[in-house]
Amino acid sequence: MPEVLLAVRDLVAFYGDFQALFGVSIEVGRGEAVAVIGANGAGKSTLLKSIAGLLHARSDAIVFAGEPIGGMPAFAVAARGIALVPEGRGLFPSLTVEENLLVGGQLGRPGAWNLRRIYELFPALGQRRKLPSTALSGGQQQMAALGRALMANPQLLLCDEISLGLAPIVVREIYARLPAVRAEGTAIVVVEQDVVQALAAAQHVYCLQEGRVALSGAAKDLTREAIAAAYFGV
Amino acid sequence: MRSVVEGARSWEFCNLRKTIGNIDAPSTAQARGPPPPLSWGRKYASKRLMEWINVILQGVLVGGLYAMFAAGLSLIFGVMRLVNIAHGDLIVLAAYVALVVAQTLGIGPLTALIIVVPVMAAIGYALQWFVLNRTLGDDLLPPLLVTFGLSVIIQNGLLTLFTADSVKLQAGPIEVATIRLAEGLYVGVLPLVQFAVAVAVIAGLQLVFYRTALGRAFRAAADEPAMAQLMGLDNRHVFALAMALSLAVVAIAGVFLAVRANFDPSQGPARLIFGFEAVIIGGLGSLWGTLAGGLILGVAQAVGAHLNPGWQILAGHIAFLIVLAARPQGLFPKVRP
Amino acid sequence: MTVRVAFGTRTHWVGAALGAIAFVALAAAPLWGGRDDLQLLSEIYAYVALASLWNLLAGYAGLVSVGQQAYVGLGAYTLFALAILFGISPLWSIPLAGVVAAGLSVPVALLVFRLRGHYFAIGTWIVAEVFRLTASQISALGGGSGTSLPVAMVIAIAPTRQLRDFTMYWIALALAAAVLALIVWLLRSRYGLALKAIRDAELAASCSGVDVYRIKFLVYVITALATAMLGALIFLQKLRISPDAAFSVNDWTAFVIFITVIGGIGRIEGPIVGTLVFFALRQTLADLGTIYLMMLGLVAIVIMLAAPKGIWGLIVARFGWQLFPLERTVLSEKAQKR
Repeated sequence: MPEVLLAVRDLVAFYGDFQALFGVSIEVGRGEAVAVIGANGAGKSTLLKSIAGLLHARSDAIVFAGEPIGGMPAFAVAARGIALVPEGRGLFPSLTVEENLLVGGQLGRPGAWNLRRIYELFPALGQRRKLPSTALSGGQQQMAALGRALMANPQLLLCDEISLGLAPIVVREIYARLPAVRAEGTAIVVVEQDVVQALAAAQHVYCLQEGRVALSGAAKDLTREAIAAAYFGV
Repeated sequence: MRSVVEGARSWEFCNLRKTIGNIDAPSTAQARGPPPPLSWGRKYASKRLMEWINVILQGVLVGGLYAMFAAGLSLIFGVMRLVNIAHGDLIVLAAYVALVVAQTLGIGPLTALIIVVPVMAAIGYALQWFVLNRTLGDDLLPPLLVTFGLSVIIQNGLLTLFTADSVKLQAGPIEVATIRLAEGLYVGVLPLVQFAVAVAVIAGLQLVFYRTALGRAFRAAADEPAMAQLMGLDNRHVFALAMALSLAVVAIAGVFLAVRANFDPSQGPARLIFGFEAVIIGGLGSLWGTLAGGLILGVAQAVGAHLNPGWQILAGHIAFLIVLAARPQGLFPKVRP
Repeated sequence: MTVRVAFGTRTHWVGAALGAIAFVALAAAPLWGGRDDLQLLSEIYAYVALASLWNLLAGYAGLVSVGQQAYVGLGAYTLFALAILFGISPLWSIPLAGVVAAGLSVPVALLVFRLRGHYFAIGTWIVAEVFRLTASQISALGGGSGTSLPVAMVIAIAPTRQLRDFTMYWIALALAAAVLALIVWLLRSRYGLALKAIRDAELAASCSGVDVYRIKFLVYVITALATAMLGALIFLQKLRISPDAAFSVNDWTAFVIFITVIGGIGRIEGPIVGTLVFFALRQTLADLGTIYLMMLGLVAIVIMLAAPKGIWGLIVARFGWQLFPLERTVLSEKAQKR
């Protein structure tokens, strides 16, 4: 059993008066890959945003490497080794591909990832390094966003719906890179609507439904029926 | 109630008449010996031409200064969408700081720069961190009103401390030194130096913005502040650094102001307006465009002043309005990819 | 099923009553007040009106202008020009000044509307500067040092000085009341509804069919007209004009903005409260000169940071009062049956 890197306990989250999470608890072990699946509006992105520090949370609701980080501002969370690949990529439009990657490495955290290795991982980026980030295709932008997050040499990588809007072949290409990321010891949390891809990539799966954990288990142990029931709530 | 904006002529052009001189007065070259054999008509025409070239030259040199006023302004707007109404007053503040530093320590303006620049940069950082960061957001009223209030406070604070008397920082012989570029064409060494520094400052800012990690941080925070946070950038700190950089440029501009001509606490708003006009004429988002805008404004003012001294500032405003009417995005706007 | 929309809450009757009482008392001021009182009151009326207009422009239409002094000066200079150059009676010139300003504000708006946000603000300032510099070039009106209203024209207003004072006072009161009435009428109309929509969410408003550009244009022109009339009256009372005074950023913009911000922007009661606070401060602190101005600036900054909705905003948040009936409520079925 790998040592617990991230422990989320009873997390609640609000957007104004609207409650999105009703006490979610998940665990991610060091170097582990975890998938969080669920329908639209289930609270998956909210969960990642809370972990990354973009949303307010109770201090001890999120414990990372033994330290309570709930409610810390995003830049402080990033400094501790959590990197988020946000929904919609979130690349900086006035920066080139390379500049986007360099900003990701702004913190200068030591680790295996640097520009050269990112370009090895994603050759398409290397060919387009001087182009403005807006000149990339959807898949390439997703690779750039992933590369940018890796440049921070995180201990925990959070991926928010990286398959969104991409053709299946491109999605497979991107997911094919994740093992290389895990090989460096980085834990990954993948939030997905694409259940098949998520199950293939992760060891442990959580299914969220309307802000609550409806199912939790090892990927290989879960049956399709159980997942469908938890996903749709029927 | 003292008028907030000055009369029709700005201090930048105080020396214009002196440098161009009187068309009919003998030039020093002529005084040296018999004039070369030219017909009277051609001599008059070439003198007129020289006069106009001189006007444009003076305009260009002042334009560099305007570009420097504008650079600090457009930097801040580019990074955090904030227009600092107190910008001009901060230039005047820097001028007074330079004056006080130079007089108490008995040093020249150039040495005073070494102290004034860090002081103003620190003021900028604190100002952004404690006051202006709180005003940032979608609503444009808070930053506008806060900087407006700041402008009133600075102007009246300076009035209280220094009274409305004009003062000037002495720079020594360099103030009257001129270089002779050609027959009848003289340019002041000081304006030339100031122009060169202005170009250097803009080049330096370009360098910072496009070749350094800090510049990347500025542009990232300007693009997507929330995303920048995810990269470990503390936006409050990034914005405060941007303001510090802007005020460092303001410090240089202020020292130039102090040396060039008499100044007093009410000169701020005019500097803001000139800087602003230079930014709009040149085009938003481009520092070199801002330089071009400053030059065009300077030349417009010089031409106006030459036609009629009372038209100087008005000519600048009209140039601005024409650009606004014909090409509102400015002459060299940066096309965002 | 038809739906009725009603204006106002209970307190608006209180407001109406207070307003009526105040108006009558103030109209009778010549009976109980001395010359100084009348002059002070006239100044207060002018500032209430100017601040209300700026509030309409910035707080409702989202057009933050730092250049309204352009129209104050334009109105004033039009009046003086009409009087000195054409011999037109100053009292008639007040509305004429408004018309001239409205006409001139159209090309100005076409120009400055190309700028947005902060840049719009400074653009309006530059336009005011152009007006000022142009005025100082007109030697027939005194050039840079200005001129006075011809004595004959002044006497023509009314036979005795006392009657002149009373006439100007009543005109000031009437004009300010008319401006307030105009603003209230505008906000109660469908233009007002559009303005509130624009203020809250401009993009959504334009998607809902609100012609944002046209409404802003309309508000800008109306404000210019009213501001010019006020400017004409103000300088008629002063009897003397100069470019620096007529186009003063401090007097006609800085003070107006501070009044509106301190009183409460985006609400009609704000400028009234703000003007009272401003004059209270001025009467007590004005001897301090520049320190007084610095304090004004400081108060404005603190209010913007701590209580951005101003004093009246605080009152509304705390008590929910509303003196002017402007909030629209859809009446429930039960209320409709009443």
